[in-house]
Amino acid sequence: MEKIPRQKMPMQDPKERIKNFSSVALGYTKEQAILEAKRCIQCKKPTCMKGCPVEVNIPGFIKKIAEGDFESAVKILKEKNNLPAICGRVCPQETQCEIVCILGKKGEPVAIGRLERFAADWEKKNSTQNTVHSIQIENGQKIKIAVVGSGPAGLTCAADLAKMGYKVTMFESLHLPGGVLMYGIPEFRLPKEIVNYEVDYIKSLGIEIKYNMVISKTKTIQDLFDEGYKAIFIGTGAGLPQFLGIPGENLKSIYSANEYLTRINFMKAYKFPEYDTPVKIGKKVAVIGAGNVAMDSARVSLRLGAEEVYIVYRRSEKEMPARLEEIENAKEEGVKFFLLTAPIRFIGDNENNVTKIECIKMELGDPDASGRRRPIPIKNSEFTMEVDTVVMAIGQSPNPLVPKTIPGLQVGKHGNIITDEKTGATNIPGIFAGGDIATGAATVIDAMGAGKRAARSIDEYVKKVTSNG
Amino acid sequence: MYKILEKTVASTGVNKFVISAPDISKKILPGQFIILRLHEKGERIPITVADKNVAEGTITLYIQEVGKTTIELGRLKSGDSILDVVGPLGIASHIEKFGTVICIAGGVGTAVIYPIAKALKEKGNKVITILGARSKSLIILEDEMKRISDEFYIATDDGSYGEKGFVSDVLNKIISKSGDIPAANIVYAIGPIPMMKVVSGITKQHNLKTIVSLNPVMVDGTGMCGACRVTVGGTTRFTCVEGPDFDGHLVDWAELISRLSTFKGKEKESLDHSCKLPK
Repeated sequence: MEKIPRQKMPMQDPKERIKNFSSVALGYTKEQAILEAKRCIQCKKPTCMKGCPVEVNIPGFIKKIAEGDFESAVKILKEKNNLPAICGRVCPQETQCEIVCILGKKGEPVAIGRLERFAADWEKKNSTQNTVHSIQIENGQKIKIAVVGSGPAGLTCAADLAKMGYKVTMFESLHLPGGVLMYGIPEFRLPKEIVNYEVDYIKSLGIEIKYNMVISKTKTIQDLFDEGYKAIFIGTGAGLPQFLGIPGENLKSIYSANEYLTRINFMKAYKFPEYDTPVKIGKKVAVIGAGNVAMDSARVSLRLGAEEVYIVYRRSEKEMPARLEEIENAKEEGVKFFLLTAPIRFIGDNENNVTKIECIKMELGDPDASGRRRPIPIKNSEFTMEVDTVVMAIGQSPNPLVPKTIPGLQVGKHGNIITDEKTGATNIPGIFAGGDIATGAATVIDAMGAGKRAARSIDEYVKKVTSNG
Repeated sequence: MYKILEKTVASTGVNKFVISAPDISKKILPGQFIILRLHEKGERIPITVADKNVAEGTITLYIQEVGKTTIELGRLKSGDSILDVVGPLGIASHIEKFGTVICIAGGVGTAVIYPIAKALKEKGNKVITILGARSKSLIILEDEMKRISDEFYIATDDGSYGEKGFVSDVLNKIISKSGDIPAANIVYAIGPIPMMKVVSGITKQHNLKTIVSLNPVMVDGTGMCGACRVTVGGTTRFTCVEGPDFDGHLVDWAELISRLSTFKGKEKESLDHSCKLPK
C-alpha cells in the first residue's frame, strides 16, 4: 500500500490574497480530511495529547474523521476544547501537539490542527444545532463566578465553569468579546465570524457577557465580591504596548501594533469610510519586531495598499518568534526582511510625519537569559531607510489596570499577577488569574490551558468555602 | 444600549445630553471621561463628563459638533440610544484645599472644568473663574459656573459679551492686579489647545502651578494602544490612563498639536462620505 502524504492546505494565491481580507488558508475538503485522518496510526499511548495544553483526545477525534463521522469528531473535540475553530487556525501546532506526533520522527506529523479546524468548520456549516446539546449542564446554576476579560483564557475558564454548573458572568472592557482574537488577529487568519460563532457557543452554556465594563474603573474587584460573586478569574491579558524609548517615537504615523491592529481589525478601519474609524498608511511601512503580531501588522499593511513592507528585526531569521507558517506567508506576499537591524531613531519632516528610520546593523553574541543569541551593535554600521509609516511590534506587557487596583495583590516585576502555575490561585483567596496577565505575552492555547486549570481549582475552592458554611 | 433621556441645544453647535448610565454615574469623578460609540459602524470617541445624578443614574455630556461622529450625535433626539458608553476612564482631577484657584475654560471646555470647579469650591477654595468663547452664542454653563465662583469673568474674541479679548488677557490683568502676592495657588485651564498653551506660558513666568486637561486622539481609552501618548516633562505618558490632567508647564504642546492632525484628511473624507447618506 502506498503511503498517504500529509495533505496540503489549499491556499488563496498570494497575488490575489493581498488584495482582500478573506481567509488565506481555505481549509481541507472532506476527502482531504479523511485521507489525512487515515495517516494517524492511533497510538496506544498517544504522545500528541501530551503536547496539547487543553488535553484534547486527539486520536479519538481523528479516528472519527477517518470514519467520516464528523459529528462525533466535534463532540470529542468539545469535551476538552471550547474553541476548536479558533485553535485549529491559530495554535502553533508545530511546537505543541504535532511536534510530538510519532509520524514526525521519520516523516511529516499528522496535520492535527488542520483536522481540528476541519471538524469545527464542518459543524458550523452542517450542524443545525450547536453540539452544546451533547453536554449535560447541571441544574441550578446558582453560585456566581465572575470572569474578567473575554479573551481566550476567560472564555475557556467561563465555559468550563458553566459546564460544572456555575452561574458565570464575564466582564469585558471593550464593546466586543474575544480579546486578542477580535482586536489582534486579522480577519484573513481568523475570520471574526468564526470568533462570534465560538462565543455564541460559550454563551449557549448559560454565560452572560457584560460589555463596556472596565473592571477597576466601572466596578472594582471588591464590588464584584460585594455583589455576591464567590470567586473571580482575571484574564485581562498583556495589552500594554511596549515602545523602544528612542528619539522620534511620537512622530505622526508611528503606531503601536495594538493601535494599528485595533483600528484595522476591531474597528474595521479597512472598510473606512463605510466604518467611521480611520487608519492612515503610507507607501512604505516598516514593522519593528518579528513575532506573530509583527507578521500580522506587515500583512494587513499590504492589504491596505502599502507598496513596500519591511520587517525590521534585531536578530536573525532563526530567532524570529513568529510561527514558521506566518513567516512563509508573509514572504510569499512580498514582505521584505531587514534582519540583524535595529532602529536607533526616527526622523520626521517639518510637519512631524515620520520619513526615515536610522538603523544600526547587529551581530549575534552569546545566548542571553531567553536562550536566544544576544544582538550586539556593529560600530559605524548606521544607515537610514525611507518609510512613511512605522508599526512597533516589539511586545506587550501585562495590562496593569486591574492588578494595580487590588490592594495586597502580589505582582511580578513586569506587572504580571503572580499565580500558582498549577491552580491559577493568586495570594488573595477567591482571586484567580491566568493567561498573559500572569505569564506575559504568550500564545492563545497557553491562555486557554491556564483558563482550564483555573476553572478546576475555582471549583475546588468554591466547594471548600461553601461547605464550611 | 444607553438611553438619551434629554437632549437640548446648549449653544451654537454644542448639544447637551443626559444619558442613562447607572454604573458610570455611581463611580465617575470630576476630570474623568467616557468613550462612546454610536452604532455598529461607529468610531470610539472620548468625552469628558460634565455632571452626574447618581440617584437617577445619569451622566451629562456637552458635545460640540466638529466632525462626522459629533454631527451624527447632534441628530439624535431624547429617547434615542447610544450603542456603547464606557467609563469612568482616566484619573480624577486632584481636588484639595489649595486656597485660591483660578479656573479658566474655553468654549466647550467649560463643561469639563465645571465639575472640577464645583468640587474645588466644595473643598473650601476661593474660585476665580474666567470663561472664554469666540462669541456670546458659544458660551455654555454660565449660570452654573457663576453660582460656584467667588469672582467671575467672561471674555469673547469679538467682544459680543463680557470683555473683548482672550481669557489670557483677563488672566494677565488678574495677575498684574495682585502685585507681589501670587494671584492664586493653582490654575486649572481647560479648552482648545492654543488657549491651554498660552495660559501655561503666562503662568510659567509667574511660577503659578497650572493643570491642563489634554485631548489627544484615543481609541480604546484603557491603556492598550498608546494612540493618546503625549510627552510630559520629557517622558511619554498615556493620557487615557495617566491623565487627562497634566502639569501644563511640562507638556510638549507642539507634539500634541501635530499628533492631533494625523487623521485630518481622513476626517474630512469621513464627513464627506456621511453627507451623501440620507439624513
